[in-house]
Amino acid sequence: MTENKTELQVAAIENGTVIDHIPSDKLFKVVSLLGIEKMDNNVTIGFNLESKKLGKKGIIKIAGKFFEEEEINRISLVAPNAHINVIRNYEIVEKKTISIPDKMVGIVKCNNPKCITNNEPMTTIFTLTDREKGILKCHYCEKEQNKNNIEVL
Amino acid sequence: MKNRSLVAIEEYSKEKILYMLEMAKEFEKRPNRKLLDSKIVATLFFEPSTRTRLSFETAANRLGAKVIGFTDPKVTSSSKGETLKDTILMVSNYADVIVMRHYLEGAARYASEIAPVPIVNAGDGANQHPSQTMLDLYSIYKTQGTLENLNIYMVGDLKYGRTVHSLLMAMRHFNPTFHFIAPDELKMPDEYKLFCQKHNIKYFEHREFNENVIADADILYMTRVQRERFTDLMEYERVKNVYILHNDMLCKTKDNLRILHPLPRVNEISYDVDDNPKAYFIQQAQNGLYAREAIICDVLGITLDDVRNDK
Ligand SMILES: [Zn+2]
Repeated sequence: MTENKTELQVAAIENGTVIDHIPSDKLFKVVSLLGIEKMDNNVTIGFNLESKKLGKKGIIKIAGKFFEEEEINRISLVAPNAHINVIRNYEIVEKKTISIPDKMVGIVKCNNPKCITNNEPMTTIFTLTDREKGILKCHYCEKEQNKNNIEVL
Repeated sequence: MKNRSLVAIEEYSKEKILYMLEMAKEFEKRPNRKLLDSKIVATLFFEPSTRTRLSFETAANRLGAKVIGFTDPKVTSSSKGETLKDTILMVSNYADVIVMRHYLEGAARYASEIAPVPIVNAGDGANQHPSQTMLDLYSIYKTQGTLENLNIYMVGDLKYGRTVHSLLMAMRHFNPTFHFIAPDELKMPDEYKLFCQKHNIKYFEHREFNENVIADADILYMTRVQRERFTDLMEYERVKNVYILHNDMLCKTKDNLRILHPLPRVNEISYDVDDNPKAYFIQQAQNGLYAREAIICDVLGITLDDVRNDK
């Protein structure tokens, strides 16, 4: 397997991770959730590339970086359908899927205005209470909320 | 050291609930103790609640503790923009335990995670109020002699009433049968009915509230139907007098029936009920003192044996 043509809209990498099919409007959110701006690695970011499925998409290629599942799952709420390709020697050696983690720390904003997390400088904690329905529960105010109407910090 | 805070009633197992009721019973036998002689209890009321504060402060005083705190948030620095964290850490320098009430939900959970001293949640917004549940459980236990296999009837606002929700969840260990009596707009929310199904708890729903519906009750737990809860004011006008308990409705009820209410009541229990021996809501509030003495001791690491051996 070699990298396909659309991915070649930006330069190929020898070893590392390619995150493809990111909705364009979520690209920079993904960058910040993964802490990419703080990395020393060689990173290529493609923005507003053409995509048959998404219209416009984003792609991130990070040389020399292999994510732990826990790290990559941070983007599950903003880019649930992103493709994660692990590249070694210019070839895709593994395709990873993203799933919502059981516990999310500092990712989700609580949609309850009376929640302490919205009134105090502190980190939010959410747990996934129903994977099928995508229900998250705030660890503090205990309100359950659907993943489709939550805001990612 | 394990955090001994009490934030939510769900943290208590069945054994722990029964243990706490036994401890409350000891305090009812003799409320005045010297168990907390050298301790300082802080009561931080970021939202006023005179009833709850008086109950906790009386409990602390009867245990021999000294009480510090505030009740009006306007006089404290939290209105000047101080964070809850700073307030909690500052007070932790002085007090051995913090009893707090806050208008924000999750405030007590957060405080319990940052404070070096135990936190007792005296209500966080619409979320949790575990000492209320403990006094409800103690009242049921005391009047029925058991918590097992009881018919518990909940009446009024079952949608927003957090006391009925907490009581329902705490009773899951004791094989209750629930009857939910409410207008359509204030019905028991689905999540609690699902909770009952999941725990094999029987429940029945009623719209009518009359002597026949409640004839089998062991506990009648009344709550207030408030106008501001209704989106449809016509509906409010239709039901506002339906969920009021009158003395003549008690004619068919069992001898062991007791009527509970989290107080304050407005008009949902008519005054002609007060002299009926089945009316229990004033004693219920007094039970809050014993339940809170037990809670304060428990978070400070004082055991049931310590209380029993205290002469
Ligand atoms: Zn929350």
